[in-house]
Amino acid sequence: MQAFTVHKGIVAPLDRSNVDTDAIIPKQYLKSVKRTGFGPNAFDDWRYLDPGEPGMDHSQRRPNPDFVLNRPPYDQATILLARKNFGCGSSREHAVWALTDFGFRAVIAPSFADIFFSNSCKNGLLPVVLAEDEVQNLFEQVEANPGAQVEVNLEEMTVTAPDATVFRFTLDEDRRHRLLHGLDDIALTLQHADDIRAYEERLRQDRPWMVE
Amino acid sequence: MAGKTLYDKLWETHVVREEPDGSTLLYIDRHLVHEVTSPQAFEGLRLAGREPWRGDSVLAVPDHNVPTTNRDAGIEDPVSRTQVETLESNVSGFGLKFFPMADVRQGIVHVIGPEQGATLPGMTVVCGDSHTSTHGALGALAFGIGTSEVEHVLATQCLWQKKTKAMQIRVEGELRPGVTAKDIVLAIIGRIGTAGGTGYAIEFAGSAIRSLSIEGRMSICNMSIEAGARAGMVAVDEKTIEYVRNKPQAPTGEMFERAAEYWRTLVSDPDAEFDAVVELDAAEIAPQVSWGTSPEMVAPVDGRVPDPAAESDAVRAEGMQRALEYMDLQPGTPITEIRPDKVFIGSCTNSRIEDLRAAAEVVKGRRKADNIKLAMVVPGSGLVKQQAEQEGLDRIFLDAGFEWREPGCSMCLAMNADRLEPGERCASTSNRNFEGRQGQGGRTHLVSPALAAAAAVAGHFIEPSKLGG
Ligand code: SF4
Repeated sequence: MQAFTVHKGIVAPLDRSNVDTDAIIPKQYLKSVKRTGFGPNAFDDWRYLDPGEPGMDHSQRRPNPDFVLNRPPYDQATILLARKNFGCGSSREHAVWALTDFGFRAVIAPSFADIFFSNSCKNGLLPVVLAEDEVQNLFEQVEANPGAQVEVNLEEMTVTAPDATVFRFTLDEDRRHRLLHGLDDIALTLQHADDIRAYEERLRQDRPWMVE
Repeated sequence: MAGKTLYDKLWETHVVREEPDGSTLLYIDRHLVHEVTSPQAFEGLRLAGREPWRGDSVLAVPDHNVPTTNRDAGIEDPVSRTQVETLESNVSGFGLKFFPMADVRQGIVHVIGPEQGATLPGMTVVCGDSHTSTHGALGALAFGIGTSEVEHVLATQCLWQKKTKAMQIRVEGELRPGVTAKDIVLAIIGRIGTAGGTGYAIEFAGSAIRSLSIEGRMSICNMSIEAGARAGMVAVDEKTIEYVRNKPQAPTGEMFERAAEYWRTLVSDPDAEFDAVVELDAAEIAPQVSWGTSPEMVAPVDGRVPDPAAESDAVRAEGMQRALEYMDLQPGTPITEIRPDKVFIGSCTNSRIEDLRAAAEVVKGRRKADNIKLAMVVPGSGLVKQQAEQEGLDRIFLDAGFEWREPGCSMCLAMNADRLEPGERCASTSNRNFEGRQGQGGRTHLVSPALAAAAAVAGHFIEPSKLGG
């Protein structure tokens, strides 16, 4: 996994709440058996005026000029700003892969759906929870100064706004540690293989019908 | 000290290891797998040279991409076909249990798990699919995971989790005639909102929940995720135990009795404390119809489309306005004046035998209205289909001009050929009404099977009891 320490970049304001994973990556693209290549289809229904299918040359499609990510400088954005309950809906990790493939490194919102939140942390996409008024403040600054940069610092757990205001966020220690160092979850867990085997031994005694 | 909640009990029995910061390595008993969210996980496993930790915990099935029409020719769409074939080669490569498309036991992963007794009370159940919450209806801790976690469970049989807060949603009293489990859960989401359950595990309780069948409880737990909760559950009672008895993968004989004795302890203690409690009066719940693009945007069938101008919260009002534009609806329109173009009865929310019976009862002796271009019934599994055919339900639907299809997710998310065309409006028994969910530009109204059937017959939304003829 790509480590996340400090990142500074352009913020794209996506002024919607309840942005669902069907919107982030529509289902036709879930047919891929790969982890990469979803970037051109992030927010596909909102981003293009004509319908898209996997395998098309998406650079030839008609972009929706009103959609924020089609408007420079936001097409270069690496931080996404949105309203509450971002990433709700399905468990598809493809939503996270689409955002990282587009180039996003962090999403800032007042709240996230649970599964999206953990999927992001596993892919080096930092979900940053700020209070609603702080998010509102960022929307105002970014909209007043398109292209303004924001710094997200996971070591310090701070967001530095374009006007130099510093907002603080939190992330549980375990996730923070893994993100800061880009650690492989499975290898870490397998260090506890003996604990898992001991648990299974107890399970066979206590609830034998659970293990075939 | 306060007693334990059902969630506490399920959690505690699965702790393999706990770190000082509360991160817990949780043991997973059952891992359900489908074709969409697993290919990258199997690939990761293979690249790292790892084997599944406990292959017998896995049950795999293709459901999202499979065609619901004649299957003899296989899958026409090459991309869908590749995905299903990838699943087949992954399961055979690792020797995992698998129901192929031609197997009568094939169906939607959340329908076949309980049907096979693959999910049992007291288990932790995961699947790379957010509607895994469905299995909580059996008194299990069941939740959806992402693909990285699918790989993690395959490799380690465990997941790192933090215990969430516990919410109890109590629905007390008697339901009005014609009000179903689907209406209860839509009313709950209408009340607490799509983020109301975020950060909680929800236990559904109260006399109205206990009065439901296990299938009805599944419909409710299924939509926990639409209320923002990763897991929903219902305490075990005798109905649960009778439901599990004789299921193909359930224990038998003395072992069953021993298991049942344990399962009976899977209830919240009377003095257990919840972090949040929500109460609903069952008698006040009417049949529900969603009018917008989020499952919290619901109204009673005898109500009207709401007016964003009357909403004080500006962000909410804007969301409502955008939803009305997408749905092409005017504020104040009676719900009964909304006319669908298509009707879809199916999905992991409502495709079990009781759902099909409820729809067939409404349809019996009637015909689909002329403005309904397509009314389709997609059973949740091959076994549900078989059972329905034995009861003659297929004839009732076919005689009424409905289509009777093969099992799968179908138009719930339109990854196969079943989909809405731009602008088409659908009465659907599925669980999500997001923009484009059932096809780009498609407009979804979430309803119960009885209401979907009534809409197909009348050509507009209507309470089934008010149907003439
Ligand atoms: S029926 Fe719909 S919600 Fe259920 S698993 Fe299939 S696609 Fe997901």
